[in-house]
Amino acid sequence: MSRVILQTHDLTVRFGGHVAVDHVSCAFKTGELTAIVGPNGAGKTTYFNLISGQIPISEGRVELNGRDITRASVSQRCDLGIGRAFQLTNLFPNLTVLENVRLVIQQRAKLGFSFFSMADSHSEITDRALSVLDKVKLFSLKDQAVSALSHGNQRKLEVAMLIALDPAVYMFDEPTAGMSVDEAPVVLDLIAELKAEKDRTILLVEHKMDVIRTLADRIIVLHNGALAADGDPAEVMASDVVQEAYMGKELTDV
Amino acid sequence: MIVKLLSGDTPRSKILGAILLMILVALALAPFLFPGIRSVDTAARICVFILLVASYDLMLGYGGIVSFAHTMFFGMGAYGVALASTHMGRGYDALIVGAVAGAVLAAVVAFLIGLFSLRVRAIFFAMITLAVASAVAVLVSQLSGLTGGEDGLNYQIPRELTPAFKFGGEVMGVKLNGKLLNYYLVFGGSLILFLVLLRIVNSPFGRVLQAIRENDFRAESVGYRVVNYRTAATCISAAVAALAGSLYAIWLRYVGPDTVLSFEIMVDILLMVVIGGMGTMYGAVIGATVLVVAQNYLQELMEVASNSVEGVPLLPQLLDADRWLLWLGILFILSVYFFPTGVVGRLRAGK
Repeated sequence: MSRVILQTHDLTVRFGGHVAVDHVSCAFKTGELTAIVGPNGAGKTTYFNLISGQIPISEGRVELNGRDITRASVSQRCDLGIGRAFQLTNLFPNLTVLENVRLVIQQRAKLGFSFFSMADSHSEITDRALSVLDKVKLFSLKDQAVSALSHGNQRKLEVAMLIALDPAVYMFDEPTAGMSVDEAPVVLDLIAELKAEKDRTILLVEHKMDVIRTLADRIIVLHNGALAADGDPAEVMASDVVQEAYMGKELTDV
Repeated sequence: MIVKLLSGDTPRSKILGAILLMILVALALAPFLFPGIRSVDTAARICVFILLVASYDLMLGYGGIVSFAHTMFFGMGAYGVALASTHMGRGYDALIVGAVAGAVLAAVVAFLIGLFSLRVRAIFFAMITLAVASAVAVLVSQLSGLTGGEDGLNYQIPRELTPAFKFGGEVMGVKLNGKLLNYYLVFGGSLILFLVLLRIVNSPFGRVLQAIRENDFRAESVGYRVVNYRTAATCISAAVAALAGSLYAIWLRYVGPDTVLSFEIMVDILLMVVIGGMGTMYGAVIGATVLVVAQNYLQELMEVASNSVEGVPLLPQLLDADRWLLWLGILFILSVYFFPTGVVGRLRAGK
């Protein structure tokens, strides 16, 4: 059941002389939710960018299902099963909410090069998009332009897009950042729900310790781009090095 | 039915709908409503430019791709018909071969340019198209043995499409001749291809283009290979531009660098798409109509205006017919200033 799906070997990236991610080797198993923690600037988002392909890798390898995807393009990785939600909201602002989600589902259905059918006529795609919007409680806003949405709703849509993509590996980059107290649970419940469906692999960058405590099966800690700790949540949180370096200031007080 | 023909993309503004309907009716009945060689010629030019600008809008307004080679594709279609008619002799086969060859060549050239330059920054694509288009324009004017050089080519088209062919007498005082058939070929061809373009922008492919225009980074990360979509859009746009050129060549029975390849046409296309409204398709209709009519009739209008204010100081000089370009320029600046989203964008927002 728990087999390794995603693996990074000595994953490294340098920006000039600065090593942003430093030889990180880590394996992620199916059905596991891994929280990635560390202070700001530790390289969490950069690590994500290397896995999903937004930044070219300087050294090391990424493997998905045993296949080397180190040189694969972003869209190829997406096709192979790596899905990503972004920390800074990154949507199609002048299209409607429904259109944003539908674009994702349409890609999965390989309809992008359909020239003469009407986009609105693919009812199975529209229906799926609507059901995803219903899940994230954005159904009533489906015909709004994304640019008119509140920040919290844009964050929800960001998550909805990833759910619509339904990848083998879900990557959430601070999904609740900037959300209000009553909005955040909607997103967290969704992640918990995804986790309950056993074969989903979830990577989660998150600052809020209570979130991590309830959701994470495992924690990895990045510090100055390097892997500082990796293991069971209770164990990692209790370990001296982590307590001293991060829990004291960065993590508990957020 | 109508909604279906428009691919569900209705004007979404009563005023816009009324204006579009007016233009459609005026163009459909142009030979009867505005008889006269010059006015029918203007109407045919409007049809061709609507199609040409709409094809450009597919690329710029939907795909966010800036190209300066659109006249080159237009010219390929026009020269295709001209060369085929010159070498194959007058006949429909020559028209069809010429139009198809022009469209295929345009698509292939667009594909090659796209392959080499669309992977990198958008500005690079724009520069390459500019360079290739200039090179082709120079080449056409230099290869006078093949293209007729600066003089261009005159050629024969099937007799049924020329004024010499008469069928029946007169309707509403208009002689039923081949020129009339030719006009309806241009009108019908433009209308059908316009509707095809409207369908394409409302297809799943069209949605991907819009997504890429909005945020190419995100489009890539949900799995769309952006360069492939941009290249496809460029090819379709180029092929349709070439077909517009073919229709124009059939209408004029003449091609020359100034009529189908000059950079001024490229500037006109840009102005039409911006004035009408980018990314709307209907903007092409409005932009092309306004600009072509202004280019053809502003001069006369000013002459009249100039004469009517003869006694007043300064005004007659300002309104002199020779100043028409100045006023056209002012018209552009004002329209871009007051309608940054084009006429269509303004009308839709104000509904």
